[in-house]
Formats: sequence, structure tokens, C-alpha cells
Amino acid sequence: MKLNTNSNAYIIIYSAILVVIVAFLLAFVYQALKPMQDRNVELDIQKQILYSLNIRDLDGQEAQVKYLTVVREIFPYQGRKYYKCNVDGKDIVVVELKGMGLWGGIGGYIAIERPQNTVYGAYFNHESETAGLGAEIKDSQAWQEKFIGKKLYKDGSKDVALSVVKKVEDPETQVDCVTGATLTSNGVNDMIKTCLEYFPEEFKSADCCQATKNKECCKDAAEHACEHADKECCKADSCKHVKEDCCKEKTQECCKESTAVAE
Amino acid sequence: MALFSKQNKEVFTNPLNLDHPILGQVLGICSALAVTSQLKPAIVMGLAVTVITAFANVIISIIRNTIPNRIRIVVQLVVVAALVTIVSQILKAFAYDVSVQLSVYVGLIITNCILMGRLEAFAMQNKPWPSFLDGVGNGLGYAMILVIVGAVREFLGRGSLLGFQIIPDACYDFGYVNNGMMTMPAMALILVGCVIWVHRAYFYKEK
Repeated sequence: MKLNTNSNAYIIIYSAILVVIVAFLLAFVYQALKPMQDRNVELDIQKQILYSLNIRDLDGQEAQVKYLTVVREIFPYQGRKYYKCNVDGKDIVVVELKGMGLWGGIGGYIAIERPQNTVYGAYFNHESETAGLGAEIKDSQAWQEKFIGKKLYKDGSKDVALSVVKKVEDPETQVDCVTGATLTSNGVNDMIKTCLEYFPEEFKSADCCQATKNKECCKDAAEHACEHADKECCKADSCKHVKEDCCKEKTQECCKESTAVAE
Repeated sequence: MALFSKQNKEVFTNPLNLDHPILGQVLGICSALAVTSQLKPAIVMGLAVTVITAFANVIISIIRNTIPNRIRIVVQLVVVAALVTIVSQILKAFAYDVSVQLSVYVGLIITNCILMGRLEAFAMQNKPWPSFLDGVGNGLGYAMILVIVGAVREFLGRGSLLGFQIIPDACYDFGYVNNGMMTMPAMALILVGCVIWVHRAYFYKEK
């Protein structure tokens, strides 16, 4: 029997069947591979965080193990993630960065050493910057290493002083931009400014508390800690009065944990 | 008909020389320029295109008699798009860093003219086995150019091959500098031009 492959009914039925078959096939492949893809994405993020901590030579499983030993706590605050890390006994916070480059989104991680608030390391990523120019923010390790040791704030100011500029006037806080990629560099600059602006108040007041033992600061610190991260509350032992209240209300389990550790 | 009859061999070898998709027909240039700044993505891209062309050719060839003539391009596109999506998902699952490097270009295989060209010109008229050979031949022809261009660009642009440093540090100490131009797509165009020139001059014979 010869089908009339040009009749309208045939065409409609043919395309309907074809689409249904393809849809099922794709759905199946997607479902089957999803767990592996998710793991890859997660591993990629972990690697980027390690890059920002100047740990660049690990791959796959090793990277994951290192990540788990380095990162102590993930601390979400105002829609951004902060990773509390400990590298060689140093207290470091890795801040997730997101911003706009020239052609598309850029992102990255910047590691801030505390309490002195200097940059410990940085890693940047991009979606579609120009290869050889804007893409250098990701490809050039040398450029990323220029950030190391820069100060986040100028003495006494709470504004972010760390910036990427064409002409470095203050080598303590400024980084030379990528040659030929002014707009991408500006993007990195803006990204750093906006993402670090909300560097949690908690950290700032905790620094202040530690440095000056000022009561206001310490109270702030403990309150912030109480609001945002329960475990932090119990660690803020410089301000016991707040600590007790806050522990009572919110983090009884956490207190039990920390007393258990203390014993 | 034998599996490797003279005719079938020609189907396979023609696209590698006389009827080369890039050199002869100048198809698929766009992606050849974009993904060849390093060797590894170039190889993966070449393999991906080979696999997709071969299987799309086979599938279209199997159903060629049932495809309504008026929507044949749509049907071809659906088949290619499905295959491309599957390949891109597999890459994401098993070779994540490569899939990040290739980014949109895997998806854009859908619009690669080599695929549509082969489906329309070959698979719609031929049996599955020759279509498969034709697909593999064209894919390999494409991959060949990608590998050549990718190797030259990575060697001159970064001093490495497959990520391993080839040019010793001593050369850099003497003042050798990587050619940054090579990392730009424009140089790929010039290189492809050179390859076509060499091919026309030494290998290509008019029928």
C-alpha cells in the first residue's frame, strides 16, 4: 500500500507522533543525566571557591575533599552566599560575586582574610567576554593574583575602597585593569563594589568588638549573629549577656553542641 | 551490495578530499572559527559533529520514505535538534569543563550547514548504511580541519597543546612572546584560508 504522504491528515499525524517520541526521549535523557550534571555544577562551584583561596592544582575528587576540609560554614545573607573558611589557621570569608561584564554576566569569588580585611585571593569567571581581552579576567592567573594583599577598606572608612582602575594611585587598595578590556574591568570593579557593600554588618561589628571591646559593637555583633546564623551566636563569647538570651530563644541545640565541644 | 563496495568507499572518502565540507563546499565555517582557539574543544566539537551527522543521516535515511515532502526540513530539524540536545546533555554530565568551553556552540550544531546539507543532499535519497558512511566521512572531514586549526592556534597562541606546555620556559626567557592574535577568531579565518589554499594547490583535482 502506498501512503499519500502529502495529505494534510498524514502530515499532522506524522508530526504529532514525531514530536511525542522526541519529547519522551529528551525527557528520559534529561532525567537520567540530571544527578551527574548537578554534581558537576556543584563541583565546579567548589573548584572556583578553591581557586579563590589560591588552591588551583586539584581536580575532581581531591578538590572535593579539600573543599570539605577548608570550608567550615556556608552563610547566606541578603541573597548572597558567604563561605567561612579556614586555610592554614587563617580565618577567611569567601564572598560570591555576580555582576555584568561587557557582553554578558560575570561572576567569581573573592576571599577576604579577617579580621584585617585584606584580599587573600580571587577568581573571576565570565559567560561571553572577548577571548584574549575581557576573558583575561578568567584566563590570566597573574591578573587575579594582583588582588592578593589589597585592603578592602581604607582606614577608618566603611566604604569599599578595593577597586579596579586604569591608573593605580593607591597601591594598597587599587588593582590595575586588564589592558584592552576597560569595560570588562569596569564590570569587575562594579561587581566588587556592589557585592562587598553588603559584606555582612555582622562581620564589621565583630571586628570592631574584637579590636576595641566597644560595648555597642559587641552588642551589635552578637545581635547580628543571633539574627543570621545561629551557630555564630554561641561563638560570640565576648558578649555573654546577649549570648544567653539569644541562645535561649534560637539556638539551644547549637549551645548544647558548643558546650559539648568545650567539655 | 557489499558493505565496503567501491561505491561506499567513495561515499566515505570523497568528503575527506574532493567533496570536503569545509575545503570544497565551504560549509560550517562559523563554528570552525569559534571553537578552535584550543585543541581540546576542537577535538570534542569535531567528534560531536561527526556523531550527530552520522546518526542524523541514518535516522533520516531510515524514515526517508515516510517523511512528507512539504515538512521535510522541519522533520530534519527535529531529528537534529533532538540529537544535539542529547549530546550536549551527555557532555554536561561527563565532560563538564569541555561543555563550558564549547558553551553555545554545541547547541549551534543544529544550525551547522554541514548537517542540513548532508541530510538534504544525501540521506533523503540513500539507504541507511551509505548515509552513515557519508555522515562519518563529512564529520571527520570537518573534525580534521578543526584539529589542524586548533593545534596551530593553541601552539602559537598559548605555546601549548592540549593544555600541556610545549614551548620551554627558556624561550620565554629569551623574549619569545605568545601571539595573542591567534586566540582571536579572525586568525582562525586566515588559517582556514591557508588550509584551503594548500588543499587546492596540492591535493585537489578537478573531476
